[in-house]
Amino acid sequence: MKALFDWLDRRTGYRRIIEYSLYENIPGGARWRYVWGSTLVFCLAIQFITGLFLWMCYSPSSQTAWESVYYIQNEMAGGWLLRGIHHFTASVMNVLLVLHLMQVVIDGAYKAPREINFWFGLGLLLLVLGLSLTGYLLPWDQKGYWATKVATNIMGIVPMVGPALQRLIIGGPDYGHHTLTRFFALHAGVLPACVVMLVVWHIFLFRRHGITAKDPKRKADEYFWPDQVLNDAVACLAVLAAVLFLVLRPWLFHTGGGLGADLAAPADPSETYSAARPEWYFLFLFEFLKFFPGGTEIWGAIVIPAFVMLIIFLMPIVGRWNLGHRFNVGLSFSLLAGVAFLTFLALTQDRRDPAFKIAVEEARRDAERVKVLAQSPTGIPREGAVTLLRNDPLTQGPKLFAKNCASCHRYGDNDGTGNELKDAPAASDLKGFASREWLAGLLDPARVDSPHYFGGTKFKEGKMVKFVKKDVAGFSDEQKAQLQKVVTALSAEAALGSQHELDQRDAALVAEGKTLITTEGMRCTECHQFHKPDEDTTAPDLTAFGSRDWLIAFISNPAHARFYGKRNDRMPAFGADKVLDGHAIELIADWLRGEWYEPGR
Amino acid sequence: MAGAHSFAEMEKPDVPRSSARRNFFKEVCAVAVGIVAGLVPAVSGLLVFLDPLRRKTRENDAVLVASLNSLSEDGVPRKFSVIASHTDAWNRMPRVPVGAVYLRRLGDKQVQAFNVMCPHAGCFVDYEASRKGYHCPCHNSSFSTDGKIADPKSPSPRGLDELQVEIRNGNEIWVKFQNFRAGEREKIPV
Repeated sequence: MKALFDWLDRRTGYRRIIEYSLYENIPGGARWRYVWGSTLVFCLAIQFITGLFLWMCYSPSSQTAWESVYYIQNEMAGGWLLRGIHHFTASVMNVLLVLHLMQVVIDGAYKAPREINFWFGLGLLLLVLGLSLTGYLLPWDQKGYWATKVATNIMGIVPMVGPALQRLIIGGPDYGHHTLTRFFALHAGVLPACVVMLVVWHIFLFRRHGITAKDPKRKADEYFWPDQVLNDAVACLAVLAAVLFLVLRPWLFHTGGGLGADLAAPADPSETYSAARPEWYFLFLFEFLKFFPGGTEIWGAIVIPAFVMLIIFLMPIVGRWNLGHRFNVGLSFSLLAGVAFLTFLALTQDRRDPAFKIAVEEARRDAERVKVLAQSPTGIPREGAVTLLRNDPLTQGPKLFAKNCASCHRYGDNDGTGNELKDAPAASDLKGFASREWLAGLLDPARVDSPHYFGGTKFKEGKMVKFVKKDVAGFSDEQKAQLQKVVTALSAEAALGSQHELDQRDAALVAEGKTLITTEGMRCTECHQFHKPDEDTTAPDLTAFGSRDWLIAFISNPAHARFYGKRNDRMPAFGADKVLDGHAIELIADWLRGEWYEPGR
Repeated sequence: MAGAHSFAEMEKPDVPRSSARRNFFKEVCAVAVGIVAGLVPAVSGLLVFLDPLRRKTRENDAVLVASLNSLSEDGVPRKFSVIASHTDAWNRMPRVPVGAVYLRRLGDKQVQAFNVMCPHAGCFVDYEASRKGYHCPCHNSSFSTDGKIADPKSPSPRGLDELQVEIRNGNEIWVKFQNFRAGEREKIPV
């Protein structure tokens, strides 16, 4: 064995390298305060290892980036752990960087002859921030997409070169495939290569000048190995424990939500995302920008931050004077306090903002919903997962309803998305439309002219209301039983998925009710047509009432002769007048009918 | 400060060291802690890397490939694409080409189907009417019309892979499409 190592040593000189690495003199012996540099190297190693494995599963394009990350996170064994470690190590690393930098400043370790190494360190800080920024976009989720857009738009306000720079970074006039390929190349290639080069130099210069020993020395000098290495290893383990804690937090505290890093809904340029915020360590910059009114952003986004960086850069020169060092330390603490204050401000403002809370809740709902849809039997189509939400009635229905229908209608006393509205409804409440309960309410003398049904419309005084309030109110018990059958039959016309079993069970009642609808006693066909063309009708067609086709046709044009004709109240012809496209109308119809994908339904 | 020294002139510094036994204990601890810390990210990565080994290949159902009328009675093979549902990692596609087959008619209601992949190394074999057989453009394996190895010098370890065929509704040719491991004597599904 020894002969083999000797042979190897003669050819590579590895023993000298190991000795050089391990037998560095530590004046005053090993101390815990010297561990920060090593923890940062450890973090870098974690990021390189986990990053490399993530690389093997990641696909940078606007139709596959989110999808591949979804697959890593939810389908691949241990994917959530791998991604979680990578994500939270990035966070922890930013904290460690600041600690490292603060220690260097406080101990005066930036002073001659270590100026250049201080600058290398600052370079590394900027590179790591660059890695954080580029990495945030790669999952191509709503969060990363909108937050990064802000960052690249800020880049565009740099005088002269801004627009060109922005175009180069995002690979075109707008976000797309090439934004991802470029960000990915920066994140996994260019920036890591720069980091490696600077780290090697940084450590080389550190060894050249030795550690900045903290006086008074408590012990005799020691080697780096094993005492300091042990300290460093324990510190690294603590860092790892912190990262794992962050990854496993939802499980440890039973707070719900997925383990590891978040994945919001797929990026959609047509869908607002008010919950967009940068990663927490950039929040202070985000907050800082709020102080600059239109046209002066450049001060907050570029000039002042660049100036601050310049002052930090000049610390080794300022620090030559005794007062200069104090200035540097004071400045560092003030900056840190400023950053902390701005971060606190940003967090507090968001916490107090009810609109932000709703936005976060919506974002969470979309993120969960798209996961359900991706796991459905039809899975993710090749056009990408963004289409899953765009075509999902449960996601789009409430939004479309709130925007287009809720000015008059209600859905369960709100606008469909859960917001209560102050104004009184001017048209019916459509929750449960065409269901037995809904129809029973319509034919209830006590409720027909309530705001839930015709109360807000001009039909409040109409024939239907009069019929229900006078005739139905005077119905005998036998007639009331017949009316119930009519309700059952009419509701079956809608063929609601939620009532499928009921309708099948009551097939006989449905058949009876269908016949009753056409009888004179029930008087329905005096105004409505039912499975038999009748040109004289003045009220909406009851044939297939509430079915998908009926509803789509009604929303498209309620003033069609088949529905209200000229007697239509204020409802716009959403399809005929091209207020909404056909797809949107279908989504509203499906949502009103309660028809969307649910696992196990 | 250790002072500037170049790598070549570096010598193990002469600093008093603490007792050997205490050092040994620390050395073991340092290495052990270091390994644990390094192992966690590496293992989480390896788990994901090894994920493909965990996944089973889904067995395909038979799919409609062609109609009997489209095959000539003389038993000359014809190539058809197989359109089936396909799962590619996160994407699920209902109808996409998943491969191709040669179909040849053996009798009134009998059809033989071969996977177009050469069992040697997985190249796409051509049917050459002039040679009355299949020929692989990669390493010159040749197969006769019935799929058997035509030339004993062929590098392919076995004849073309025959697939299960079913005639449904009198005229429809349904094939259970499957790929098999290349380079093996036996037909082993992938």
